[in-house]
Amino acid sequence: MAVSILHRISGDGLAIAGALMFLWWLGALAAGPDAYAAFVACVWHDPSPEIGLFHQITNILGKVVLVGLTWAFFQHLFSGLRHFVLDTGAGYELKTNKLWSTLVMVGAVLATTATWLYIAKEALNG
Amino acid sequence: MGNGTRLGRVRGLGSSHHGSHHWLQQRLTALGNVLLVTWLFVSLLRLPLDDHAAVHRWASNPTVALALILLVISVFWHFRLGLQVLIEDYVHGEAMRLLAIVALNFYAIGGAAYGIFAIVRIALVPVAGVPGGM
Repeated sequence: MAVSILHRISGDGLAIAGALMFLWWLGALAAGPDAYAAFVACVWHDPSPEIGLFHQITNILGKVVLVGLTWAFFQHLFSGLRHFVLDTGAGYELKTNKLWSTLVMVGAVLATTATWLYIAKEALNG
Repeated sequence: MGNGTRLGRVRGLGSSHHGSHHWLQQRLTALGNVLLVTWLFVSLLRLPLDDHAAVHRWASNPTVALALILLVISVFWHFRLGLQVLIEDYVHGEAMRLLAIVALNFYAIGGAAYGIFAIVRIALVPVAGVPGGM
């Protein structure tokens, strides 16, 4: 039940926020160094010594969205792999079904945490 | 209505023989997404993302550019199918549903075109000092 609705929610999030973020990134990359720097300053980190209020907000918001997208990616990936197994007709027994649903949700949270610990570690190391 | 064979009564009313097509495409693009998005995810973690020159050099590699184009096609087609089901489930009323489906198609096809154009531009236009924006 929960894992099914989460599949939809994470899918929607990826399709809208994820796809738009991806296109914004690609467009900025294609447009050149200045446009790319503007993208990074908005979404991730504004390197100027006096950051405006707008970028202070968007720098936090950007990270929140990226963490959310990371979770949505793992949740949708693991849940989708579960669907591949269910498509074969296996795993419908109540206990098995419940176990894998729980594993999908726990796995997504763990993978998201591991990813951002890795990003934080890389950022601290320079 | 109400006359004719059972087949005759339902013909033209729904997605008979097309449901499995939708289902299969959802699975095929899902498989493509597993491979391509996992590859992109790992690439993004390994790239120095604040360095335009480095990221541009990576994306303009022909193999990478090709994989990115395939990713856009697979992902955008997958979510077009997925959001279509969502609209069919939650948007009620003939007119609203049609409007939502049209908007979804504009978003998915327009977005994919924008993405593919950007990738081609990255791969084919030499870097630095190119005029114009995207």
